[in-house]
Amino acid sequence: MVIKNADVVLKDGVKKLDLRIEEGRIAELGKGLKGEGLDCTGLTVLPGLIDMHVHLREPGFEKKEDIASGSAAAVKGGFTQICCMPNTRPVTDNKVVVSYILNRAKEVGLCKVRPVGAITEGQEGKNLAAIGAMKAAGAVALSEDGKSVLSTGLMANAMMYAADFGLKCLCHCEDASLVDGGVVNEGYYSTLTGLKGSIRAAEDVIIAREICLAESLSLPVHICHVSTYSGVQLIREAKARGVRVTAETCPHYFTLTDEVIATFDTNTKVNPPIREERDRLAVIEGLKDGTLDCIVTDHAPHHEDDKNVEYALAAFGISGLETSFALSYTQLVKGGALTLCELADKMSGAPARILGLEGGGIAVGAPADLTIADLNETWTVDPAAFVSKGKNTPFAGREVTGRVKYTFVDGELKYREK
Amino acid sequence: MLKHKDVLGLYDLSAEEIDEILSVGMSMKKLLKQNIKKLPHLQGKSVTTLFYENSTRTRCSFELAAKYMGAHVVNIAASSSSVQKGETLVDTGKTLDAMKNDVIVIRHPMGGAPRLLARTVKAHVVNAGDGMNEHPSQALLDMLTMRENFPSIRGLKVAILGDISHSRVAKSNLFGLTKLGAEVTMYAPRTLLPTGIDKMGAKVCSSREEAVEGADVVMGLRIQLERQHAGNFPSLGEYAKFYGVNEQVMKYAKEGALVMHPGPVNRGVELTSALIDGETSRIEEQVLSGIAVRMAILFLLTKQEI
Amino acid sequence: MQPVIMDADGMRRTLVRLSHEIEERNEGFENVVLVGVKRGGEVVAQRLASLIRASGRGELPCAGLDITMARDDLVSAFILPEAEKNELGFPLENKTVVLCDDVLHTGRSAVAGIEALFRLGRPAKIQLLVLVDRGGREVPVRADYVGKNVPTSKEEYIKVQFRELGHGEDALTITRR
Repeated sequence: MVIKNADVVLKDGVKKLDLRIEEGRIAELGKGLKGEGLDCTGLTVLPGLIDMHVHLREPGFEKKEDIASGSAAAVKGGFTQICCMPNTRPVTDNKVVVSYILNRAKEVGLCKVRPVGAITEGQEGKNLAAIGAMKAAGAVALSEDGKSVLSTGLMANAMMYAADFGLKCLCHCEDASLVDGGVVNEGYYSTLTGLKGSIRAAEDVIIAREICLAESLSLPVHICHVSTYSGVQLIREAKARGVRVTAETCPHYFTLTDEVIATFDTNTKVNPPIREERDRLAVIEGLKDGTLDCIVTDHAPHHEDDKNVEYALAAFGISGLETSFALSYTQLVKGGALTLCELADKMSGAPARILGLEGGGIAVGAPADLTIADLNETWTVDPAAFVSKGKNTPFAGREVTGRVKYTFVDGELKYREK
Repeated sequence: MLKHKDVLGLYDLSAEEIDEILSVGMSMKKLLKQNIKKLPHLQGKSVTTLFYENSTRTRCSFELAAKYMGAHVVNIAASSSSVQKGETLVDTGKTLDAMKNDVIVIRHPMGGAPRLLARTVKAHVVNAGDGMNEHPSQALLDMLTMRENFPSIRGLKVAILGDISHSRVAKSNLFGLTKLGAEVTMYAPRTLLPTGIDKMGAKVCSSREEAVEGADVVMGLRIQLERQHAGNFPSLGEYAKFYGVNEQVMKYAKEGALVMHPGPVNRGVELTSALIDGETSRIEEQVLSGIAVRMAILFLLTKQEI
Repeated sequence: MQPVIMDADGMRRTLVRLSHEIEERNEGFENVVLVGVKRGGEVVAQRLASLIRASGRGELPCAGLDITMARDDLVSAFILPEAEKNELGFPLENKTVVLCDDVLHTGRSAVAGIEALFRLGRPAKIQLLVLVDRGGREVPVRADYVGKNVPTSKEEYIKVQFRELGHGEDALTITRR
């Protein structure tokens, strides 16, 4: 089949081209290609988006999300590959759970689901998890997401042992003793609301620790969901002296500031917390200058029961798969910080390189993972229309630009806007 | 007339609304001072106090205020642990609503809980203190006491000293007093001073004397022993020595400046006994102001229905 | 020119007559007390007491009564009363209370006065005395002693002036709203 008359986002620019798909791969790129096809006049073809940080909740928390609903949300959001975090129940710390996730994802058959294994057994920070076995079963990375490995010694060992299997540690950076029950960014708005704040250093000291370990051990490390200006600067400096550190951030960190907590809307409760304008601008600057390699959603769906409670008791997290592309396009490309090609790299190319995944670019021979969007369509975020079970978004009612129309995975149409 | 269904905090109320509560509160206090404590306005109404934290003082004050106006009053003391384990606040609210409560007075250890309840129920919700957020009725009673003692709150200088970080009272007073045109100065150990309070209209001072300089009212805030254990300061003795208000410090205030404290007071820590029991102390007066202002809140909220 | 229905002289003569009617109906002044609805009625009660005292017929206990806390519109109109605590200074038990007011119109003030009295004690009898009955009753109330019947319309209003209240000369006049 042929995708015709589209603006195709290539590494070095956007070109009006036709694109032939054969046997799940991109077979030909050119003008005036013949054959049965899809007319995409006015639409833009991007390399299939990759989100290396989502929570699918299955097994264990199917009330919040499951692999089927999460996958449906992913393809609706334009994602062709997603990496799911190990804080399931049981924890994804062994090959059985890894295999279970892969099998379920295959049955669901929407997007490619890549499990991330836990660093330690039960994410308890004591013994290393079955890293080799998980790798053999199909895990693509390791993470203790939701917390940090408390012991620096254990973390060093984890990074070294993981490296033997070609796996990277994706580090959630949070010093629990500094957070000390904090639920929002410490600042004007934490004082105004009386909600307990957490200072930037709670995130920064662990970012610094992981950088030190990576530098000292000459190993790569990946920093999850960077939210502070100071954290961006730590990574920038580390990169400048050659440390193999990569980093990600999320749409809420470059779109919102902590004034959104003033209404006590629990949908604004996320970890790390939404910070101040200074941080928001630094995150955008970090994306611009390459300090922050990629954009992830940290898709953290929750049931209403977990959010319709006191702010301090509410669950952390934002359901992000269905808004990520539009928010990023609106905020960064329309906002003038990134070109469309650069955005495609942040949301597809870079995650593929960091984790060594296939895809991430449009080229002859590459898998036909494609996201086709209308970049002129403006729409309003409506959580009721989410296919994810998690309706928890602080963006309800927000006007955004850029709408995913079709998502192809290995050449098969997996999502088409109704 | 109040424009809000609920009284959640002074941050939300306009200067006019605060002024109206204080005016009605003055009338209530006049009645109370004559020992007239049988008003008919809440006859046939139900008021529930829902307290997730112990506070005999505030609960009694609300209970008497409601009873003096003829309401049926039910007191629910929920333990703090039931916040985490028991029924959710939303469900408790729905139950109280189904029981046809007209007003729910809530005290809760977590900021924003009254707002969550207010969104859930049809009943009027009155915040009796939520976490580190607000304690509007306490600030209103402080302001009522000031209004009785001065021609106007506009232009007053009020110094607040003590644990400001954990004090919902300090914040509610700051919002209310600045809305009515008073100047608020603050002084506390840095460990007990919240981020950004200066951007909310308080003048944060670098010494007791500077804070109290020229003040019409000096307010002490309770220092809890837990804060010492949390490492916010070495000991109550050291606090008293370097941060407490004593007669020497009061010399910097205006002559005859009033001494106030939301209570319960640690004698010799926030304020010396001589100041607590002195001529200029209004600490006992604040208690009656509390009932009056709570009557005023209940009066004005219920008045919306006619 | 406002029609005067009672000047100072007329008021004095009316009060003298009313004092005799009280004496006649109660066969003397034994156990009779005077209570006036604040503030006009209080003046009426005080005048009667001093008249009786001056004529050597007796010494009647006399007090003013604040009826605002007993008003029937406190709840319906959500009025916050500016009330004073009622302390008569004498007990009501087994007494005949002559409840005095200046003008009787709808009758609601009289009911509030009776209600306020009952909150203070249980008198043996309550009799109602008014200087002027202008008609227009909204409740079944009748005065036992009437100074003068002056039927009026709703648009009219009776203005009461007493020296004691700083109104200059005593006078009752009809005005139009």
